[in-house]
Amino acid sequence: VSALLRKLSEATGVSGREDEVRAMLVEELRGTADSARVDAMGNLVAMRRGTGASKLRVLIAAHMDEVGLMVTQVEDSGMLRFARVGGIDERILPARPVTIGPNRVPGVIAIKPVHLAEKGETDRVAAPKDLVIDVGATTKAEAERLVARGDVAAFLSEYVEPLPGSAWRTVQGKAFDDRAGCALAVALLAERLPFDLVAAFTVQEEVGLRGARVAAYAECPDCAFVLECTGANEMPVKKDLSPSTRLGAGPAITVMDASFIADPRLVDLLSATASRLGIPHQFKQPNIGGTDAGAIQRARAGVPSVTLAVPCRYIHAPTGILNLDDFDHALALMRESLQRLPGVIERSAT
Amino acid sequence: VTDLIKRLVECSGPSGSEGAVRDLIRTELEASGLLKRKGCQASVDALGNLVVLRKGSGGGRRVMVAAHMDEIGVVVTHVDEKGFLRFSNIGGVRPLNLNGSRVRFADGTVGVIGLERLEEPAKLPGLERFYLDTGARDRDSVKVKVGDTACFFRPFEEVGGRFVSKAMDDRIGCVVLLQVLRELDASPHDVYAVFTVQEEVGLRGATTSGFGVDPEVALAVDVTGTGDTPECFPMAMHLGKGPAIKVRDGGMLAHVGVKDWLVRTAEGAGIPYQLEVLEGGTTDAKAIQTSRAGVPAGCVSVPTRYVHSPSEMVDPDDVKNAVRLLVAALSGPITIG
Repeated sequence: VSALLRKLSEATGVSGREDEVRAMLVEELRGTADSARVDAMGNLVAMRRGTGASKLRVLIAAHMDEVGLMVTQVEDSGMLRFARVGGIDERILPARPVTIGPNRVPGVIAIKPVHLAEKGETDRVAAPKDLVIDVGATTKAEAERLVARGDVAAFLSEYVEPLPGSAWRTVQGKAFDDRAGCALAVALLAERLPFDLVAAFTVQEEVGLRGARVAAYAECPDCAFVLECTGANEMPVKKDLSPSTRLGAGPAITVMDASFIADPRLVDLLSATASRLGIPHQFKQPNIGGTDAGAIQRARAGVPSVTLAVPCRYIHAPTGILNLDDFDHALALMRESLQRLPGVIERSAT
Repeated sequence: VTDLIKRLVECSGPSGSEGAVRDLIRTELEASGLLKRKGCQASVDALGNLVVLRKGSGGGRRVMVAAHMDEIGVVVTHVDEKGFLRFSNIGGVRPLNLNGSRVRFADGTVGVIGLERLEEPAKLPGLERFYLDTGARDRDSVKVKVGDTACFFRPFEEVGGRFVSKAMDDRIGCVVLLQVLRELDASPHDVYAVFTVQEEVGLRGATTSGFGVDPEVALAVDVTGTGDTPECFPMAMHLGKGPAIKVRDGGMLAHVGVKDWLVRTAEGAGIPYQLEVLEGGTTDAKAIQTSRAGVPAGCVSVPTRYVHSPSEMVDPDDVKNAVRLLVAALSGPITIG
């Protein structure tokens, strides 16, 4: 799995420009998916036939896009103004290496050397509107040979595996949110299940669940599992408060977040399956964030939905840390839960 | 009816956990014999909305009338070492109403809401400063877990002839809808009475049931604020002066034809009414209005004081007249221009 996760993580796919990730997934699914299509918005929807024992229509979904930046203006100096695409903390931007556009033009988000900082300047965080990306060009014309207004920039970040002999199985890299979910979906499509399994690799989740909305409308499933990568925060705190999730404590089941309330039958299926098989799992702290489930649940006359996520530290930033044990447990839990799904959810009338 | 109101408002149904309310409504429907009528049926959809079809005599329209079963509440986010629980809101929970309140979980566990010591007592604390105390001695003796939901816990009271409860929003709408189903005698219309879920967290049940029912005309029955209490936000509605016919709220402009149809009905039948212009908040009608290719939609509201507090107050005359208005409106032809 680490090889696939590396490929997917190092691919770029800022919201609206998911092409590279999609092409990679199309290749991965050759041989497992019985059919695959790309819809009007760019979602990749693949289907794997089941044994036919159950007539359920089941959707799994993972988003291909990642947060990033978009070039809004090329300055006379050759520097690039930009806007954020998706939720990015402005504090992480300065001095960050990025790649711009499909040709991966390398750039750096500019910052003054500490020697030149004026009094008080180092105490403040620069607002994104005051920042620029520097590609090394010295004039507007030079820069425009390589980049154009509207190009997107992704963080440049190598996938890093633990050194041989490490006691831990954590990997570092960007865009595990939600390439980890994509990798889970790829693995699940290789399963032989009692029902036909549809996997939607969605676009534009980070800017408002836009791809999932139309994919779910088209597929009209009986229920949906959203495969995600969610934030873990274990930074030291004084108060006895909960981290959103913990790394290494198993996949996180969402009961409720800002976008939806999970179907209790699906929550019970996941937690009971995990308990029975001794798979570690946790419940994500309620009311934080949102996932494609928020859009899928409200498609047409409604879709019972749940989200299962691999925890990851430092999501929406250039380098996250993910535990491969959590990934493996998420896969095992989904596999077993899907086998047990018939009987939990009924085939809808339409 | 007072007995039905008492049972419905004392039931627990935070958004996403409306099962107990739905069961109670179903039992009432069965007891009323309505479901035995030809062409009438009740079903529960994918999100948990209870959809009751009362078949009309023919020649009428497909009308959806929605009232939501859910109420605001809290969800547990963390259990600490000592057994105290931290929580987040389900829907519009106001910190000002919390300290010393009690909540009840589905398993019967009661939690008392406590507040940390405040460095600046004059400043309104956020939800993160409050906690729940279920009487537990430590983490291991806590009976509820992260993700469990609870709602505010107060008995129903009759106060000076007015009704007070933690969940008038919108059990009183459910009561009105149940009464309409019982009292509606002859109607040409196929009336879909939909008891919706998850209104308080974003009109989610109405979004999907609006699509599923695919109505030609839609109404919500919900509560609205009043402007008749000391130093309150100025509003024209008064408790006891009749049900409110919605003109607009924070999320919807009511279809003018629907509003006029309700006004004509009220005037024709001599039913007191008020016109509602609400600046904040909205109802299920908003979601149904923009379902599919669009639905002419309006709302009949029960004026309510102290909405989203544990003591929401309504006037029984307004409830009675809301039922009369809807029964009259659904008994005749619907002309909405």
